[in-house]
Amino acid sequence: MTVSDTGGASDEAPLIELAGYSFQYRAQSEPTLHDIDLTVRRGEKIAIVGASGSGKSTLISAINGLIPHHHRGTSNGAVRVAGNDPAMVPLAATASVVGTVLQDSNSQFVGLTVAEDIAFSLENQQVPHAEMPALITRAAELAGISDRLDDSPQNLSGGQKQRVAVAGVLVDDVEVLLLDEPLANLDPASGRAAIELLDDLHRDQRKTILLVEHRLEDVLHRDIDRLVLMADGRIVADAAPDVVLASGLLEQHGIRPPLHIAALRYAGAPATAEQRPSRSTDIALTAQQITAVRDWVATAGSSLAAEPEAAEPSPALAPALDLQDVRCEVRVSPERTSVLLDGITAQVHRGEMLGVLGSNGAGKSTLARVICGFEKLTGGALRIGAADASGWSLSDRGEHVGFVLQEPGQMISRPLVSEEIALGLRARGEDEEEIARRTTTVLTACGLAPFRSWPLSALSHGQKKRVTIASVLALGPDVLILDEPTAGQDFAHYTEFMQFLRTLNADGTTVVLITHDMHLAVEYTDRVLVLSDGRLLADADPAVVLTDPDLTRRADLVTTGLYELARRCGLRDPHTLVHRFVAVDRAAREEER
Amino acid sequence: MSSPLLGYIDRDGPLHTLSGVSKLVLSLGVVLGAMIGFDVRYLAAVSAGSILLWAVSRVRLRDLAVVLWLIAIFMVLNNIGIFLFAPGYGTDLFGTRHLLLEGPWRWDVTAEQLFYQLAVTLKYVAVLPAVLLFVATTRPPEFASSLARVGVPYRIAYAVSLALRYIPDVQREFRTISQAQQARGMDTSRAVRLPTRLRNLTSVLMPLLLGTFDRIESVSAAMELRGFGRAKGRTWSVQTPVRAADVFVIVVSIALVATPIALLVVNGGRFWNPFL
Repeated sequence: MTVSDTGGASDEAPLIELAGYSFQYRAQSEPTLHDIDLTVRRGEKIAIVGASGSGKSTLISAINGLIPHHHRGTSNGAVRVAGNDPAMVPLAATASVVGTVLQDSNSQFVGLTVAEDIAFSLENQQVPHAEMPALITRAAELAGISDRLDDSPQNLSGGQKQRVAVAGVLVDDVEVLLLDEPLANLDPASGRAAIELLDDLHRDQRKTILLVEHRLEDVLHRDIDRLVLMADGRIVADAAPDVVLASGLLEQHGIRPPLHIAALRYAGAPATAEQRPSRSTDIALTAQQITAVRDWVATAGSSLAAEPEAAEPSPALAPALDLQDVRCEVRVSPERTSVLLDGITAQVHRGEMLGVLGSNGAGKSTLARVICGFEKLTGGALRIGAADASGWSLSDRGEHVGFVLQEPGQMISRPLVSEEIALGLRARGEDEEEIARRTTTVLTACGLAPFRSWPLSALSHGQKKRVTIASVLALGPDVLILDEPTAGQDFAHYTEFMQFLRTLNADGTTVVLITHDMHLAVEYTDRVLVLSDGRLLADADPAVVLTDPDLTRRADLVTTGLYELARRCGLRDPHTLVHRFVAVDRAAREEER
Repeated sequence: MSSPLLGYIDRDGPLHTLSGVSKLVLSLGVVLGAMIGFDVRYLAAVSAGSILLWAVSRVRLRDLAVVLWLIAIFMVLNNIGIFLFAPGYGTDLFGTRHLLLEGPWRWDVTAEQLFYQLAVTLKYVAVLPAVLLFVATTRPPEFASSLARVGVPYRIAYAVSLALRYIPDVQREFRTISQAQQARGMDTSRAVRLPTRLRNLTSVLMPLLLGTFDRIESVSAAMELRGFGRAKGRTWSVQTPVRAADVFVIVVSIALVATPIALLVVNGGRFWNPFL
C-alpha cells in the first residue's frame, strides 16, 4: 500500500526533482536506492523518516552532490537540483543552492572560532575580507548564535555547534537547508529548540527545508508540509503528516509514531487524519476517544500486577554503589575551576535497573566517570559494594563497575570478536582455560556466539556495541553503566538492544543507564536520578518525573505526548496512563517477537 | 580539560595589536639571523631586544612557566654537554688559549670556551622569546592567514589551522579511550613493565587511529561541500591589516637577517674574535 499526495499543481519548476532514481554504491552488491520519485517545491518543509539502512542518508547525498563527487557508484534515472544535474556541475555549484548540515556537527566545524567557521564558505569564494563581518553577523543572527562569535568549538554545546553549522550554510544565502538527523546528538530541550529554529527560518526567511530524522515526535513539534516514509531504499509514503500518521504505515516500517497516537490505538480509538493528530497539544480529540482512554487506563490494575518483575532489588544487602555528598570540581584554567557535581547523595541497589536522566552538560556522564575513577572525587565519599573506593585504581574499580562508552569504536582494538573479549582477561593474567570459559559464557549471554570468530569490521553498530558490553561483562562486574545506550539507533534496534539489557539485568547484573531519553527511562527503569547543573533534582519513579511539568522544565527535559494526552483526558494522575501504556506496549512488542 | 602549555594569551598588549604577518616575519628574521650569526655582539643585541620585547608585551613569565622551565633545563644540559665532550672547541675556533681554571684531564676552563658557550647561550635567549611571543600574542585563526600571506600555499596553511582545531578533540578522545582501557585492566602507567605497557598502549592507539580516519573522511566531505579547494586562491576572515608599526617591524626583521650577513664579511668568518 502506498499513500501519496501530489499537492496543488504548480506552474513553477520544482526546486529538487528525482525521477525513477536508483543508486548502488561501488562496494555494495545491492542498490541502496530503488526507483525514487520525489519532488520538492520552493518553500516546502519536508521530513523524511525511515529505519536504519532505508536509504535516507544516501538520498541526501544524491541531492547535495556528494554522489557522485565524493561517493562513487552507479545510478539510474534523473536528479535535478535548481535545474541542474548535481553530477554535471561542480559540488560547490550545488552547494550554493542546497546547504547541507551534517549529522556530526563537530566534524563540520572546521574553524577555530564561531565567526571563522561561519566565514569558511565565503573565504573559499574569495569574498573580500572587508565584506565578511556583515555577512557573518547576519548569518549568525539568523541561526541564533550571534552572541558566541568569538568562542572556540570546545566551549560550545552540541546544540550550539549545530547552530554554527546552520549559520555556515545560511551565509551563502542557500534556498534549501538539507539536514541529516539534526536531533541525533541533542537532548530533548535543545532538539525542540533546533526544530523551532528551522521553523522560523522556513516561515520568516522562506527557506525550503528537507530533514531526515527518526525522532518523529520531536520533528512534529512544529508543522511540516509533507512526511516522506522510506523503507528498504524505496519511498512508501509521501503525504501530509496527518495522513501518514493515521495510516499505520509508520509502525509497519519500524518507525515509532508519536506516543499519544500509539496510546489512542491501544485504547481502541485510533486517531484519524481529520483530527490533525501530529501533536498531543492540538489533536481534536473526540468525546468517544477520551472515554476510551479513561476506560483503558482504569482496567490497568489487574494487568499491572501480573507483569513479571525483571529482578527484585535486594535492599537488605549493602547497596552496589553508595554515594554520599559527592562533589567533583575540575580545573579548567590556571585561574578558574568549575564544579561539575555537587552534593550528590544516592544509592544504587543490587539487581536494579536505574536511569540517570538530565540534559547535556547536567553531569550525568561525569557521575559515571567519578564512579569509575576517570575523574577525581573532590568531596564526599563513594562506596562500591560496601568498600570505600578512594585509593582504588581504574583497574580495581573496573573489576566491580563496568563502563560502556557511547561510541563502540572507542573501545574496540582487536580485529576478532573473541580476541576483543579475551583482551581484558589476558591483561588481568587469567589462565587460558578460564579465558576460554568466560568468553564462551559472555558470548552466549550477549547472543554473539555465532560471531565468535568474526572480524569486528563485519558487524553492525548494534552488534559492535554488544561486543563492547561482552568484553566488559567478561571481567565479572557487579554493576554495568551504559552511556546513552540507544543513541542514533532506530526503533527496531532500540527495542532489541533494550530487551537484551533486560535479560542481563534479570540474570543479576545491576544496570545503570545514562540517558536524556525520557521515554527510555520510563519503559525500562523503575527509578531514575534526575540531574541538572551538577545537582540531584529528584530520585523517583520515572513515570512520575515524566508527568511533572515543573521538574522536567527545571531539568531541561520535555514531557512526552503521553502527559498531554492524560491531561486532556482529565486523568488526575497522569502517570497511571504512562504505566498502562508501557505495560501494553511491552506486551504488544513481546507478541511481535 | 587541562589548560594548554603554550598558546594564545588574551591580553591587551602592544604586540597583540600587531598583524600576525609582521610577527611571523619577525620570528623568522630572528631565527634566521641567529642561525647565520655567531657574533656575540650581534647576539647580545638581539637578546637584549628580545627581552625588552617580552617586557613590554604584557605576557608574564608565569603564563609560559612550564615551557620556559623546559627550555632552561635543556639549555643547561646543552651547555654541560658541550663542555664535557668538547672542552677545547673554543680554543680551536679562536686559535688562542687563556687558561682560567685547571681542571682534571682535558677539562680545563678557558676564556675562549666560555666565550663560545656564551654565544650558544645567547642564541637561546635571542630566539626563544621572539618565537614564544609570536605564539602567545597571535590569535590561532591568524596563524593560517599569516602563513598564507608570506607565500605558503593555502591548502598547507589551512592544514595548520585544522591541526590546531582538532588537537584538543584528539587529546580528549585519547584520554577517554585510555581510561576505558585501563578500567578493563590494560594499564599504561609506570606500574607495569615496559613491554606490557607498550602492548597495552596499542589497545589505546588502535581505536584512536581508526576513529581519526573516520573523522578525516567526514571533515573532508564537509569541507568540500562548503567549497574548499574550488578556486586557486582564498581570502581570510581573520587577518589584521598591516599598519605603519608592522612595516617598521618587517624592516627590523630584514635588518636582523642582513646584519649577520654583513658581519660575515666584516669579521671574515662567522665569529667575532676578541682574543686577537
